[in-house]
Amino acid sequence: MKTEIKRLFTVMATVVFLMALPRTVGAAENSADPGNTAFILLCSALVMLMTPGLALFYGGMVRKKNVLSILMQCFAVLAIVSIQWVLCGYSLAFGSDHSGLIGSLEFLGLQNITTDSLAGSIPQLAFIGFQLMFAVITGAIICGSFAERMNFTAFIIFILLWTTLVYDPLAHWVWGGGWLGQLGALDFAGGTVVHISSGFSGLVAALILGRRLGQEKEAIVPHNLPMTVTGAALLWFGWFGFNAGSALAAEGLASLAFLVTNTCAATAAFSWVAAEWIHHRKPTVFGAVSGAIAGLVAITPAAGFVSPLSSIIMGLLVGPICYLAISKMKEKLAYDDSLDAFGIHGVGGTFGALATGVFASTAINPAGADGFLASGDLHLLLVQLTAVVATYAFAGITTFLILKFINLFLPLRVSRAEEEMGLDLSLHGEDAYSQVDLNDDGQILAG
Amino acid sequence: MKKIEAIIRPTKLEELKQALNDLEVRGMTIYNVMGRGLQKDVKQYYRGQEVSVDLFSKVKVEIVCRDHWLEKIIATILKVCSTGSIGDGKIFVYPVDEIIRISSKERGDSAL
Repeated sequence: MKTEIKRLFTVMATVVFLMALPRTVGAAENSADPGNTAFILLCSALVMLMTPGLALFYGGMVRKKNVLSILMQCFAVLAIVSIQWVLCGYSLAFGSDHSGLIGSLEFLGLQNITTDSLAGSIPQLAFIGFQLMFAVITGAIICGSFAERMNFTAFIIFILLWTTLVYDPLAHWVWGGGWLGQLGALDFAGGTVVHISSGFSGLVAALILGRRLGQEKEAIVPHNLPMTVTGAALLWFGWFGFNAGSALAAEGLASLAFLVTNTCAATAAFSWVAAEWIHHRKPTVFGAVSGAIAGLVAITPAAGFVSPLSSIIMGLLVGPICYLAISKMKEKLAYDDSLDAFGIHGVGGTFGALATGVFASTAINPAGADGFLASGDLHLLLVQLTAVVATYAFAGITTFLILKFINLFLPLRVSRAEEEMGLDLSLHGEDAYSQVDLNDDGQILAG
Repeated sequence: MKKIEAIIRPTKLEELKQALNDLEVRGMTIYNVMGRGLQKDVKQYYRGQEVSVDLFSKVKVEIVCRDHWLEKIIATILKVCSTGSIGDGKIFVYPVDEIIRISSKERGDSAL
């Protein structure tokens, strides 16, 4: 009897002792936090879904004869960047810093990384996978600018060079320990790294490739808006992984990012539709989803730093701003940014990055900084402006050089005959929608 | 023998086929066409871009018939397809020189 009680007491004491130990995450026992790990892996999958989502979003906007070509471009980016990231992209972006400009080659092929390696509270491999999806979606966004006229071989080479020479350095500058991060620039999930870079690079490419045939004279309209809306829905869904996941932990900050993401998207959808309702007296679904995407872009750099009320203000502003950029500015400056990669991602990302400098607050995220409203001074806003300008300059110039370089060996643009036939047939030998046959009764569905 | 070309509203097609069927007029050829007459154009908007649409979907029905059936068929078409509004369509009548049935090589009236 006495031994039983002694044994029971020992067991209870051990249990109490173990429960009293502080819950160490990462450092002491060197093991990943399971909640955070699960969260990041799922968020990575959500962000991956954004690329096919973007493909559908764009796909519905192009003409029927080119729908497969834009889907192909997006899937090609997914394939190419997935491989490049493992081989060298991750290392260049997140390897040890060299002069604040670029990472290292220590993780080439993801060597020196095991299943036990940690990045904060999650396995490094999870962080790598998560960041990979960001690199992928960034490359896919650019496709919108030169849709319906780019040579496929030139495109593949372009994406490979662009992700290595523009995305990886930029990711390093802002997130990988480079000079913009050191300067104090805030970019929670990629306003500069993802949206400004891809949006402006797209514009540069659109200007170099030139306008689509006949684009000055006739309106080129979407061929399948239900497809576009489906894509937008997948993007909005995936964006929760994009923004909330950037907290890199399944806690309050991720929850805030989730909420402000949804709020800004909803508000921007509303404000874009309001703008076009006033302008043309018709609210369109194309406008609603475009507004939502603009809102999602704008909140991306700010998601972990601003309040829900701030996200409403941002949404109210970015809708009309992007709407005007796409309808008025594009028309006045006469460039053919076919699917408005610059109008939404470039302009929306710029607005978001600067708005972060206004609305950010350390009361919301102590690891952030105080923007103009919280601090009363312009310091953060000027830092954000520096990051924006640096991104424009670097992305623009490098994209220009890459395209000019490729053009030494290949034409960038398809031939006139190929463009008129449609890229699906001329470049890919495929037809998206086969001829509709008469059914057995011989009835045609008319109208 | 005459050929009737009727350009009608797509929504009237089923009813017209049924009415012609009741007359035992079964042979016809149908086309999906775009066209306009007196209708005004309609505006569409895509991201602020205004597009004018001035061609509308119609259906063209072609029927070849014996001369004494002509007025009966025209009356049927008018009864079914006329709503009194702009966009109802038009009927054209042409003479036909020859009709041949490909399967039996018959010519003339018996090929109808």
